[in-house]
Amino acid sequence: MKAAIIVFPGSNRERDAGTAIHTVTGHEPAYVWHAETALPAGTDLVVLPGGFSYGDYLRCGAIAARAGVMDAVRAHAARGGLVLAICNGFQIACEAGLLPGVLMRNVNRRFICKRQFLTVERADTAFTRRYRQGEAIEVCIAHGEGNYVADAETLKRLEGENLVAFRYCDARGQVTDAANPNGSANGIAGIYSPGLNVLGMMPHPENFVDDLVGGTDGRGLFESLAKAA
Amino acid sequence: MIPNTPKITPELVAEHGLKPDEYERFLQLIGREPTITELGIVSAMWNEHCSYKSSRLHLRGLPTKAPWVIQGPGENAGVIDIGDGLAVVFKMESHNHPSFIEPYQGAATGVGGILRDVFTMGARPIAALNFLRFGDPSHPRTRHLVAGVVAGIGGYGNSFGVPTVGGSVGFHTRYDGNILVNAMAVGLAKSDEIFYAAASGLNMPIVYLGSKTGRDGIHGATMASAEFGEGSEEKRPTVQVGDPFAEKLLLEACLELMQTGSVIAIQDMGAAGLTCSAVEMGAKGNLGVELNLDAVPCREEGMSAYEMMLSESQERMLMVLDPAKREVAEAVFRKWGLDFAVVGHTTDTLRFVVKHGGEVMADLPIKELGDEAPIYDRPHLPTAKKPVIDAASVAPPSSNAQALLKLVGSPDLCSKRWVYEQYDTLILGNSVATPGGDAGIVRVLEGPKGLAMTTDVTPRYCEADPFEGGKQAVAEAWRNLSAVGARPLALTDNLNFGNPERPEIMGQFVGCLKGISAACTALDFPVVSGNVSLYNETNGRGILPTPTIGGVGLLDDVSVHATIAFRKAGEVILLIGETTGWLGQSVYLRDVCGREEGAPPPVDLETERRNGDFVRGLIRAGRAKTVHDLSDGGLAVALAEMAMASGIGATIDKLPEGDAHAVLFGEDQARYVLSVEPGQADAIRIDAEKAGVPILRLGVTGGDTLAIKGEDPVTIAALEKAHEDWLPAFMAGEA
Repeated sequence: MKAAIIVFPGSNRERDAGTAIHTVTGHEPAYVWHAETALPAGTDLVVLPGGFSYGDYLRCGAIAARAGVMDAVRAHAARGGLVLAICNGFQIACEAGLLPGVLMRNVNRRFICKRQFLTVERADTAFTRRYRQGEAIEVCIAHGEGNYVADAETLKRLEGENLVAFRYCDARGQVTDAANPNGSANGIAGIYSPGLNVLGMMPHPENFVDDLVGGTDGRGLFESLAKAA
Repeated sequence: MIPNTPKITPELVAEHGLKPDEYERFLQLIGREPTITELGIVSAMWNEHCSYKSSRLHLRGLPTKAPWVIQGPGENAGVIDIGDGLAVVFKMESHNHPSFIEPYQGAATGVGGILRDVFTMGARPIAALNFLRFGDPSHPRTRHLVAGVVAGIGGYGNSFGVPTVGGSVGFHTRYDGNILVNAMAVGLAKSDEIFYAAASGLNMPIVYLGSKTGRDGIHGATMASAEFGEGSEEKRPTVQVGDPFAEKLLLEACLELMQTGSVIAIQDMGAAGLTCSAVEMGAKGNLGVELNLDAVPCREEGMSAYEMMLSESQERMLMVLDPAKREVAEAVFRKWGLDFAVVGHTTDTLRFVVKHGGEVMADLPIKELGDEAPIYDRPHLPTAKKPVIDAASVAPPSSNAQALLKLVGSPDLCSKRWVYEQYDTLILGNSVATPGGDAGIVRVLEGPKGLAMTTDVTPRYCEADPFEGGKQAVAEAWRNLSAVGARPLALTDNLNFGNPERPEIMGQFVGCLKGISAACTALDFPVVSGNVSLYNETNGRGILPTPTIGGVGLLDDVSVHATIAFRKAGEVILLIGETTGWLGQSVYLRDVCGREEGAPPPVDLETERRNGDFVRGLIRAGRAKTVHDLSDGGLAVALAEMAMASGIGATIDKLPEGDAHAVLFGEDQARYVLSVEPGQADAIRIDAEKAGVPILRLGVTGGDTLAIKGEDPVTIAALEKAHEDWLPAFMAGEA
């Protein structure tokens, strides 16, 4: 698998993603500076990592979405190439038109970092084949603006076309309001593009690949990708 | 040569915080009336914050050396060797006054400043901690200050991308008008690639790096060296505004720059900005410095020399550049979109010369400004000893079960989840233990080593007996590191006190330092960096003396460590250390009985060391995986915390001799609670007796209740409710 992690000024979980890819798959990803205009030849997977691109002083992800390298990322996605957009990467993907909707301020108006359970909504995609459908996995969230919002028609389409990837849930896998940390519509923690090749998610699977550090429930995602790519 | 400036009047001198005798000393030094720029420069260099003029004399007594210390106090941060060619760089610093005036930006820039101190030395920050003290919860500003400070710490650290792995939050009415915000950063570097501030080489270019200079924070350090009175809120323009995005870029650019071999010396611009950094680089390197302010990147037009020299705009650095590497160095900064400007050069004159618009605005002797600032031996009055409280004379006002529920839900001992969930504790993927335990733990690179870190002090002990309190602060940090299995290596201190011109405050300072020194020596736990914050007073009332200790320890194998949570039912619970039932200055006496009285628990450093070494040995041998040190609230609170952390209860059928309330809530030092496999318990007891370490089998883990012999059982659910509810309710305005 050839992975390329895009580094924007203000990205700060790019190494976490790189370490997870290396730890789980054995492959060393390339780090691609935002000002580049092309991806490394043969890139299978593009990662838009977490962080505060350009400080997130404007709408989160709005400036990064217009970076030079994003045309190449869009072309990669249009060819069916895999894109994993985590946290700030999810915000960037929405701003770049790769995914619908937007991430708003958490309902409690505070940054939240904590362990968080998610349900795996479908286990037949390039990102989730190593999980079981309906399984509750424990990873973490770390964001101030992760409240997924989309208009009613978009939500209906996402649900109807089975494009919700993960939902916030409790330890028993129940999707409840109490388990929803940020107010996201329908408890949505992650969504797919219609082609199932772009995944945007607020939680951080890349910080959960090691028993000593939190746990290993994030490994399945990288194992799935290694198999798919 | 020096253009005419506003007439320097006694009022103007006083406004700059210089005492008449200090100004007189300055006049004699330069032999003429200073320019306004020079007055600004000397006020910045000779204020308490930058010069340590009241404290330096006493700081000299601190133990600062050990075979593993690479750099002790005096640089941007301390540096210790952890083997494998790696070094740990760390320091703690206060941002108390700015945070009281503007809590979000004050706290944010406090974090920014300490991160910069660490990466200036070539280290990538791998963890942050903090130590916060607020006024009484009932004070009208407390809620606003908590909200702002916590958001500010999170806002800066989260965006910069460093995990906050530990800290302390407490409340006391003595911080009503003067909160404490102490921020600590820990970084990792190669031990042979440490960068220092001392300039070297003649006619070497001095380069300005980072963000542009604006009018923010002018005279911040002078403000931080004065007492607060009515109207302090109006000082808001002296608080800087933080830009964690710029700092993240500066970090990456600096670390990349250091790899090019172009950096001869580097110093961040913190308090007193360009003035302090330029003077320190020159003074430490025995060189003069000439600055040309026309080249300084400015955010606003028309800034005067005075403003540029005193601006505390954030995210800036000054470095001495190897001229042969200029192009490659500049390219790094252009790539990251940061300013890179040659603003001066080193000279052999030992003068600090500042030019602006072709004119000399300042021409001062650099050594006297930097190394040879005034030093005072201020009168100090020892604190009178307090009587030892006889536990039998303290009548329990409620059942011990009720007292326990009250304590675990009290402002000081309640869960700080509301706070630490606003900090990114997991970024960088090496957080092995996050807030809520005895110490934070991060893995070093891919392992197997790990670092443990903690921030501690018990201010009420320091107030009652500065010497014992100083010892206890160091001992508690050492104990917290030992309780996770780490070998304590070194500490940074952040000495927060009131007005040093009052002999009783100076007495607290001197007493605490003596206690700190004694403990550092006895525990082989040297001071490698620190910060002094004096004048923490409002309207003539000082804070509790608060010498915060930030300790760092090493785990040879990070996978072998202990946590506070009970692991499973059926384990044997052991108490290490001697229990006398010491209630003086305990939180039980204060929060349950309403008495803030007596002598604090004495710290026997030999016992401390013997007990701690024994516990650490058990952890490192894999014989104890659940360990908690005993501190505020004593044995009962420790057991409750271990039960809440795991959801597993305990049955305690044996307690040390003495009155139950004193034994359960007394705060005797050098104690730990362990839970171990039943098969291990006897062997551990025999080993403890051989080592001269008091040990007592208390009971076993299991069930959903904390059931202590002779007391009403308390369910974990009830403990958790009390523990978790207070802070969120308080912040929502419901408590």
